[in-house]
Amino acid sequence: MLKFDNVSMRYPGAGDVLRNVSFHLQRGEMAFLTGHSGAGKSTLLKLIAVIERCSRGQVLLDGQDLNQAKDRQVPFIRRKVGLIFQDYKLLQDRTVFDNVALPLVIAGYGHHEVSRRVRASLDKVGLLGKERKYPAVLSGGEQQRVGIARAVVNKPPMILADEPTGNLDPELSAEIMHLFEQFQQVGVTLLIASHDISLIAQMNHRILKLDHGQLVAS
Amino acid sequence: MMKHVNKKPGKQEPRWQTKISGGNFVDKFHAYRNLHAHALFSSLGRLVASRFSSAMTIVVLAIAISLASGFYILVANLQQLAGNLEASNQISLFLKDDISEARANKFAGIIRQNPDIQDVKLITKEQALAEFQSYSGFGEAVKALEKNPLPIVIQVLPKNSFENEQALEVLLDDFKRSAEVDFAQMDMQWVKRLQSIMEVARRGVILLSLLLGAGVLFITANTIRLELHNRRDEVVIAKLVGATNGFIHRPFLYSGFWIGFFSGVAAWFIVTIIMLILKQPIEKLSGLYDDAFHVLFFGFTETLALLFISSVLGVVGSWIVLHFQLRQLKPE
Repeated sequence: MLKFDNVSMRYPGAGDVLRNVSFHLQRGEMAFLTGHSGAGKSTLLKLIAVIERCSRGQVLLDGQDLNQAKDRQVPFIRRKVGLIFQDYKLLQDRTVFDNVALPLVIAGYGHHEVSRRVRASLDKVGLLGKERKYPAVLSGGEQQRVGIARAVVNKPPMILADEPTGNLDPELSAEIMHLFEQFQQVGVTLLIASHDISLIAQMNHRILKLDHGQLVAS
Repeated sequence: MMKHVNKKPGKQEPRWQTKISGGNFVDKFHAYRNLHAHALFSSLGRLVASRFSSAMTIVVLAIAISLASGFYILVANLQQLAGNLEASNQISLFLKDDISEARANKFAGIIRQNPDIQDVKLITKEQALAEFQSYSGFGEAVKALEKNPLPIVIQVLPKNSFENEQALEVLLDDFKRSAEVDFAQMDMQWVKRLQSIMEVARRGVILLSLLLGAGVLFITANTIRLELHNRRDEVVIAKLVGATNGFIHRPFLYSGFWIGFFSGVAAWFIVTIIMLILKQPIEKLSGLYDDAFHVLFFGFTETLALLFISSVLGVVGSWIVLHFQLRQLKPE
């Protein structure tokens, strides 16, 4: 599903952020990406979401070389990748329903289909009945679950999460991780960046560890 | 071999699924139409929500547009006036004193055959005298004359298409060389002046419109730039969840459209109100000149053109900003 082949990333003036990173995630695999701050976790995720392009090497998503992708193809690549953020990135002036519906509206789904899928997605994260609420009145855990509902509503084959539990207490974090495992069970590939070592250790999944831009454990 | 052929489309299927999935064609068409309708009305809603700043922008744009279109209407009115003065292209040929009326008639006939001539009118000595007596106020004095001093006059009216002043000059020189003609004259100076004034005005309208049009473009662009800045988060999130540039552009283009459209409407009212204020004194003036002139307002086509051009300027202005600014708006 996802293949990094000798990927290096260099920012002008900052040197190599990633150096010769190679790994392969199978379809339906769930993996954690860990490492100290500045180890290159976020950069690695950005390469998959085509927010950045690597300086050397190859990133293959679903067989497609992301470095070769033309700008106008990028939106369609992103529709295959559900993104989850530490700060949730919800639109505060839109209801929960509208936030979750955004990827579907963008992809051009009809009204009925949008309604059906948003409800299904909110049901999955346990927020059915909160469609009309605004993000500001929800707790942090609930907001993150709205973010997750938005990431999966389009049924993408791949989910990327950047410190999804960074702002949550341990109990909520475990809940979120459990949710991710459910997605894995239906065949979604997940890559979760986190430095919460104790939480990761509890779960029996593959761990990719970055140290100063190099993959030191896989 | 067969296996290989079958495998290829199967492999591409998931990509297509994510690209165009979701409901049947009718449902998708409705969704697309709804997207446009939503962008159209939500951008209008945002304009209303920020009433004060939208109103200021629209007033500034309306003033710019009304300057250009008002000047246009002014020139259109002047052209109407110039149209009524076509008779001043008329050439008067004063024939030599020894030319008989019969020979004058023959000469007039020859002129009439010239395809460039619209009308020829012969004024005999007697007619000229009678006219002079009744209009000049020297009636009694003229009666005292022993002999009619007035020559036979042939009034020549060149065709309307005869706007080129050089051609008029050639025609006039031709007449001057004729044996029958003592003196040929045309109020050439007046024609020249009018033509050059109209030319200056016409070019002025074009230049002013270009300048003010550019102003409208950049004011709209700046307004949209501010809106883009205010809605930065929304744009970034939409990009992250796979919005195409078209999807992101759409509401801003509609905002530009509304700004341009409303500015056009406001400009129409500004110019029309100004013309209404000017109407009364102009009609009064016109009355003194045999009602030769009526105030022209925006016609139907001109109104449509005004609204169309201002809307297009609004859309183009926002497009410019989106084109150059959205590239810099990178998600983090």
